[in-house]
Amino acid sequence: MADTEHVTGNAELSDGERRDFLVLTTAAVGAAGAAMAAWPFIHSMNPAKDTLALSTTEIDLSPIEEGQSITVVWRGKPVFVRRRTADEIADATGTPLGDLPDPQPDEERAQQPEWLILVGVCTHLGCIPLGQKTGESRGDFGGWFCPCHGSHYDTSGRIRKGPAPSNLPVPEYTFLDESTVRIG
Amino acid sequence: MATTEYNNPVIRWIEYRLPIFSFLDHSLGSGYPTPRNLNYLWNFGSLAGVVLMIMIISGIFLAMNYTAHVDYAFVSVERIMRDVNYGWLIRYIHMNGGSFFFIVVYIHIFRGLYFGSYKAPREILWIFGILILLAMMATAFMGYVLPWGQMSFWGATVITNLFSAIPLVGDSIVTLLWGGFSVDNPTLNRFYALHYLMPFVILGLVVMHIWALHVHGSNNPLGVDVKGPQDTIPFHPYYTVKDLFGLGVFLIIFMAVVTYAPNYMGHPDNYIEANPLVTPAHIVPEWYFLPFYAILRAITFDILFLDAKLLGVIAMFASIIILALLPWLDRSPVRSSKFRPLYKQFFWIFVLDCILLGYIGGKPAEGIYIPIGQAATFYYFLHLLVIIPLLGLLERPKPIPESISQAVIKPAAAE
Repeated sequence: MADTEHVTGNAELSDGERRDFLVLTTAAVGAAGAAMAAWPFIHSMNPAKDTLALSTTEIDLSPIEEGQSITVVWRGKPVFVRRRTADEIADATGTPLGDLPDPQPDEERAQQPEWLILVGVCTHLGCIPLGQKTGESRGDFGGWFCPCHGSHYDTSGRIRKGPAPSNLPVPEYTFLDESTVRIG
Repeated sequence: MATTEYNNPVIRWIEYRLPIFSFLDHSLGSGYPTPRNLNYLWNFGSLAGVVLMIMIISGIFLAMNYTAHVDYAFVSVERIMRDVNYGWLIRYIHMNGGSFFFIVVYIHIFRGLYFGSYKAPREILWIFGILILLAMMATAFMGYVLPWGQMSFWGATVITNLFSAIPLVGDSIVTLLWGGFSVDNPTLNRFYALHYLMPFVILGLVVMHIWALHVHGSNNPLGVDVKGPQDTIPFHPYYTVKDLFGLGVFLIIFMAVVTYAPNYMGHPDNYIEANPLVTPAHIVPEWYFLPFYAILRAITFDILFLDAKLLGVIAMFASIIILALLPWLDRSPVRSSKFRPLYKQFFWIFVLDCILLGYIGGKPAEGIYIPIGQAATFYYFLHLLVIIPLLGLLERPKPIPESISQAVIKPAAAE
């Protein structure tokens, strides 16, 4: 322990400088190591492989009649699939963009005008709007109505009235054939 | 050091209201004087603390993905291994961390035995250490049940059945432990709840252990009390650096096992889901329980009105409880084996005896293993109950140095 003797041969650095250098480099390596050790633990909280495997949902559209809606679960959330009537499509396409709080033409929201596919979660605070079942209120614009705080959506799922800031989101989807759509 | 001045105004502001900086300084900073002659065996205390933290952190992340139900427990562990990001790494860290916790703690205990660290004034420190060992054993046992493999289930069955040896109320106690009539879902649920609780009980015991340690400071390889500042060096930076270096070496070994031989210390049977209708051919506990398992099985005969089953259980628990009485069994005033020529030899025989017990515990209870196990068990108790007290009376210690600095610094200067 009595190592007071001075190590010679390294003329460029004083003892204090060398000590500072060692402390800083050791701390840097330690910090990098701690960050690398933390990553597996943090990443373990991200979706697991089996969760990701369930991230697409295929839907058979053939039983849905014109004017009907179904709700399917995709990534734990409800997805509204509505086969719109000609009137509903006309309403949606005919609305001037100037009347919309979150302007977006209907053509951007439906790949095929007959089929409207939406994530059925109100953009205000996450409630599920009414309007899927017969007899439920569809709001003032014939689309959906959120009972929590009174947001009205039109037949394109666009916000028209109420506190919600934006339209019901359209999920990524692909038509696999005439009557099958894959969401996600 | 209570008058430590801090230059940083924020630190000064906090320190005035909550003296946490001076507390840290006295606990593991430059304000904690430590014997200047500690060797690397003194690394294992802080190492055990680090392993406890590794176990708690990895355990919390496992708990996020584990399901404590007999129908899902095994599958949820397999999901952790296959689907959860880095789940395999976290589980292998936790699984092997348990083994390494015992490796570190056993070395820590034998260090204490060799250098007489349990002697006055460190008796309470030592007893808290034994309590930590008992709590660790309970935690490890319940944790091993959670994956709900064959060894989990049958280990739980065998160990809980130990309590049926208690006269009169034994069977009622076992039913109470199980929450049913066999190891089943209620057992798994309570073991999970307690396995999550126990580490924090251990943490509390560790706080008491360190508190008691800091009253009189660390023992040292000479076993001589610190006489003054010339015998000590500040904990920081000298022992923080030494502990960190030791931690680095430990982590290299630990991660080598975790990544290259994660199942080396495990049993293949535990990758078979628990089946209450089929018992594995050899039920063997984890390696760290083997010496105690050997003592349990060594008693194959009745004594008076006590049957072998009860005696085995008593012997097993006594083998740990007696350790707590060591400060009073050992009457020698000399701490370190360095100056106890006879005790030093008996210490190593005792170490070998413990290893032999561990070997026997891993072998089936048949043939020559039974008498060897009995002899080793007999010697275990002979050492603690007879040899140690006698050595205190009969042994003639070597001359003890006057002080640490006199023994450590003078010879170095003379060279």
